[in-house]
Amino acid sequence: METKILELQNVTKVFPGVKALDNVQFDLRQGEIHCLMGENGAGKSTFIKVITGVHAPDEGEMLLGGEPVLFRTPREAYKAGIAAIYQHVTAYPDLTVAENIFMGHERVTPWTRRIDWARMHREAQDLLDSLDANFSSRERMGNLSVARQQIVEIAKALSAQARVLVMDEPTAALTRYESEELYRITEDLRNSGVSIIFISHRMEDIWRLADRVTVFRDGRYIDTWEAREITQHDLVVAMVGREISHLFPKRKVKTGDEILRVEKLGRRGFFQDISFSLKQGEILALTGLVGAGRTEVCEALYGVCSWDSGRVFLEGAPYRPGSPRQALEAGIGALPEDRQLEGLILQWEIGKNISLASLGEVSRRGWIQIARERDYAGGLAKKLSVKAPSIFTRVAALSGGNQQKVVVAKILSRDLKVIILDEPTKGVDVGAKAAIYEIIGDLAEQGYGIILVSSEMPEVLGLSDRIVVMKRGRVTAHMETAGATQEEILRAAMVSDQKEMAHGEA
Amino acid sequence: MAKHNWQWNENLRELGLLLFMAILVVAIQIRNPAFLTAGNLTSLLTNTAILAILALGMMLVLVTRGIDLSIGSTIALAGMVTSLAVARYPGIPPVAAIGLGTAVGALAGMVVGLLVSRWDVLPIIATLGMMNVLRGLTYVISGGRWVSSYQMSDSFKRIATGRILGVNNLIVIALLAYLVAAWFINHTRLGRQIYAVGSNPEAAEVSGLPKRRLIFLVYTIMGSLAGLAGVLWVAKFASAQGDTATGYELQVIAACILGGVSINGGVGRLTGLFLGTVMLGIIANALPLINVSPFWQMGIQGGVVLAAVLTNVMVRRNTERTALRRRVI
Amino acid sequence: MVAEEEKRERKKRSVPPPGDGTLLSTTMPWSWKDFFLQWEWMLVAVLSLVIVVNSLISPFFLNWHTFIRTPASFLDKAFIVFPMMFVIILGKIDISVGSTVALSAVIMAVSYNAGLPMGLAILLCLGVGAAAGAINGFLLVAFRELSFVIVTLSTMIIYRGIAYIILGNRASGGFPEGFSLLAWGSLGGVPIILIAFVIAAVSFGLVLHKTVFGRALFAMGHNARACRHSGINTDLILWTVFTLNGLMAAVTAIFLTSRMGSTRPNVAMGYELEVIAMVALGGVSTSGGVGRIGGPVLAIFIVGFLGYGMGLANLQAPIVLVVIGTLLIVSVLAHKIRFQGFKLFRARSTAATAGEKNQEV
Repeated sequence: METKILELQNVTKVFPGVKALDNVQFDLRQGEIHCLMGENGAGKSTFIKVITGVHAPDEGEMLLGGEPVLFRTPREAYKAGIAAIYQHVTAYPDLTVAENIFMGHERVTPWTRRIDWARMHREAQDLLDSLDANFSSRERMGNLSVARQQIVEIAKALSAQARVLVMDEPTAALTRYESEELYRITEDLRNSGVSIIFISHRMEDIWRLADRVTVFRDGRYIDTWEAREITQHDLVVAMVGREISHLFPKRKVKTGDEILRVEKLGRRGFFQDISFSLKQGEILALTGLVGAGRTEVCEALYGVCSWDSGRVFLEGAPYRPGSPRQALEAGIGALPEDRQLEGLILQWEIGKNISLASLGEVSRRGWIQIARERDYAGGLAKKLSVKAPSIFTRVAALSGGNQQKVVVAKILSRDLKVIILDEPTKGVDVGAKAAIYEIIGDLAEQGYGIILVSSEMPEVLGLSDRIVVMKRGRVTAHMETAGATQEEILRAAMVSDQKEMAHGEA
Repeated sequence: MAKHNWQWNENLRELGLLLFMAILVVAIQIRNPAFLTAGNLTSLLTNTAILAILALGMMLVLVTRGIDLSIGSTIALAGMVTSLAVARYPGIPPVAAIGLGTAVGALAGMVVGLLVSRWDVLPIIATLGMMNVLRGLTYVISGGRWVSSYQMSDSFKRIATGRILGVNNLIVIALLAYLVAAWFINHTRLGRQIYAVGSNPEAAEVSGLPKRRLIFLVYTIMGSLAGLAGVLWVAKFASAQGDTATGYELQVIAACILGGVSINGGVGRLTGLFLGTVMLGIIANALPLINVSPFWQMGIQGGVVLAAVLTNVMVRRNTERTALRRRVI
Repeated sequence: MVAEEEKRERKKRSVPPPGDGTLLSTTMPWSWKDFFLQWEWMLVAVLSLVIVVNSLISPFFLNWHTFIRTPASFLDKAFIVFPMMFVIILGKIDISVGSTVALSAVIMAVSYNAGLPMGLAILLCLGVGAAAGAINGFLLVAFRELSFVIVTLSTMIIYRGIAYIILGNRASGGFPEGFSLLAWGSLGGVPIILIAFVIAAVSFGLVLHKTVFGRALFAMGHNARACRHSGINTDLILWTVFTLNGLMAAVTAIFLTSRMGSTRPNVAMGYELEVIAMVALGGVSTSGGVGRIGGPVLAIFIVGFLGYGMGLANLQAPIVLVVIGTLLIVSVLAHKIRFQGFKLFRARSTAATAGEKNQEV
């Protein structure tokens, strides 16, 4: 029996409207790499935040080295030896690497309390060298690549003598070569006795690193396996969990003429050679890992940013929007990836949010007509069955799913041909997911062309007519949904063969 | 790749400023040979000393993503309080006078610090309000009258006119302030943490740095320096008036921005700050020498600041664009 | 295990499909409590208090003739309050307005004295103001990474600097007879400036609360990115608002110059503070997105009558400075308390709140 360094039992965490963690359990052995997997919204991030003291659990118990603990602040967890490395690095870009490593516990000389730069740099350099990092501790943090910044974060955790290291999708933004380096460092850490919780979407991470794998789904604990005892197929089934056909009543929609054609679209540093076309009533799924460039392609089509090569045709006419306003006028609407940041005005009521994109419709010569606005917004909200007492209810008080419906209502208020949905069910509970799928199906039936960006395989397979898979800014597969399998998609999204590599680095 | 190319970038920026200054100096010298004389250079430095002291404090404020518009008024208030005290009790030793002014400034700074750090008032709003409050108080305590040269003791005036080892006291004090600042910024935990807070406030909060206390400290330092500057100011000009140093905060901020201190926080070096301050000093000193009306000074300063800010933005955009071009996806 | 799994599945599938069972009310909710909890009532109370105190100091204050004429002495800067309100609703601040007033006033005076007809000089003045504002707007739109603080601070120095370059520290005046009527004259017993003020207040109020433009302003103050994504031309709006601010600063310049009879480069020093103080006192949140036209209108009269009353009581002008500065800070603080409650005054575990925010996003 190996020693369990960290153990969580029956942990539950509820946020307004969502049960983020429902009675989950987890244990971490001394010196193992334990991968935590699950789809978006499975509760992984909340789980980490509970471990690192950002959130206190509503129920349940946490044992560190056999002792029950409760962390009220991240600082407390840190002091107890639990360090986390987040996807978005929380560093001080203007300071040096050494300072980033020792911030808060700087090395000072005994008498004068002067910062002992020589010692700090020496110790920092030792840490970096022990991680085989070939950069200087005097480098400015903001000038390092994401991969190197992550190494600094690891060094920081080491300097605090962390016993438990949580790594939240560390490879998401890394190139293949950088990932290799990270794997090596992570393994070295394990061999030196650090216990690591590794969160990831990528299969290759699991096969390469994990000793054990735990899967969460919809805020619940599913199971834990020894990594060598489980197959990719079983793992995917555990993550997805449900028979796809039940959640997604497949409709027979007759697709019409081509409305959108994208030819060899490219934007330097983000994506390249993107081509696809979209017909009326068709749902085209754009999938791939987070950071594959899907959102950037959508933003380009919606006029948020521009592209520097390739062409787009909307109903045969050249299309190049300079802003979302022009995109909407041309007939392309988008549901942004982050609805709170880009979709909604949280302080406002439902009605005003819905009419925001179509103020021209509810006004005459610039004067807003209140009664007309009310009916208009009310009608759309009802059509999408937003669940709220009144259209004067503040959006901030709604659940994720209902907020999403409000954003959909908002873009539907415009006269559109193409609708781009970027992760429409992110952070939405299962019930509301079904409702949103229903809506998406309805929209296709009404003849809209739909681009669905999603990382969730069941969504992609269940809803779409065709699938485009992206990886590192390029299209790696283009297939009809009928007959496509998860493995096929996942392989195109994650696995990289040598030939592909050579092409990618060119 | 150069080993620490970021430092090179900063050095390059400062080198550019230095080059520009050199050209300026040569141009001025050609127009008026009286510019590069020992006498004029001494007066240039003496006149720039107060600006240099204030710029130190303002740099810290800007590093934490704040701004302090109230320091012109703090200078006036501290100067007025001190000179009233000196006029009433001529026996006060100069050191006590300096202490008094600095304390008044520190108090004003603490009020601003409290508003910004504890009650989250926008720095621009809080200091705009304090600017008027302090200016009003200056008029109120003086009853609208001036304190003139004859009311001040010689020992008090000597604070600004005296010399130590042949160097004017103001320059000595400014140098001392720079040394202390260099120590504080580069060699103490507090100093580094101030930069950390400005560089990434959220991270600072999450990792448990005393963010609010650091911000409070920064405004208190700014106030104290403004108080000190107030004493030096009235001693130098041998008069304290209600409208002393009106709008001087703008010059101080201008010096910081010219010196490469980022208004977005986290960035600011003493060498750059020094160059920025001297640059403004040269402009102020040289305009009369080359027969430019003093009324041009304000416009020129504003123009230089805007140009510096816009150049910074363009340079940054350019580097980002080339970085993207090199990025492999 | 497998049975468990299936049970869970069934539970999930039994989630009811979206139906039309939900009824969304479209009638405006009304509550007397909310009605009386409005900030404006507080302002009305304060204004009444100020008026009562003033009339106690001077028995002539409430005389209709005096009462209607008093505002003429302080209304000139009120014209900037409205566009500044727009700027602040956008979540920005423009501290260059005082300098814009000085610049446009100086150019008007100089061009008139150079032989331009008065009418054209006034038009030129308005044009200069609008251009000054437009430059601010342009800088903000073209250089998105610059903060409004640094942009308007620079132009604050530059605009006044130009005024000094043009006029040195001389004064310029000698305007035609009729020009002083703008500030001193009246129509049917009502001062012209008061009429102009009412027109401005009503038009700005209508634009703010009844038009698409006004709606977009509020939206941008809350979340400019969401606005851009909703197809609103945010750049144009930002630019228009700053231009408007400059234009109204020129209007202030005209009335101010008319009242004083001459102008010099150091006029309107510190106007930005008074104007921002009035806007903040009027219940407009400095973090953007919140405010109603009535608040600043009341605030203009509170500050104006307060200053006037202090004059009546022979208090020194500097005390007015102190009062206005304090007013600005106190009203901003009062708002924070109103929206965030007294927890503001307790030390918070900020890390926890930061974490909460991350969760929401």
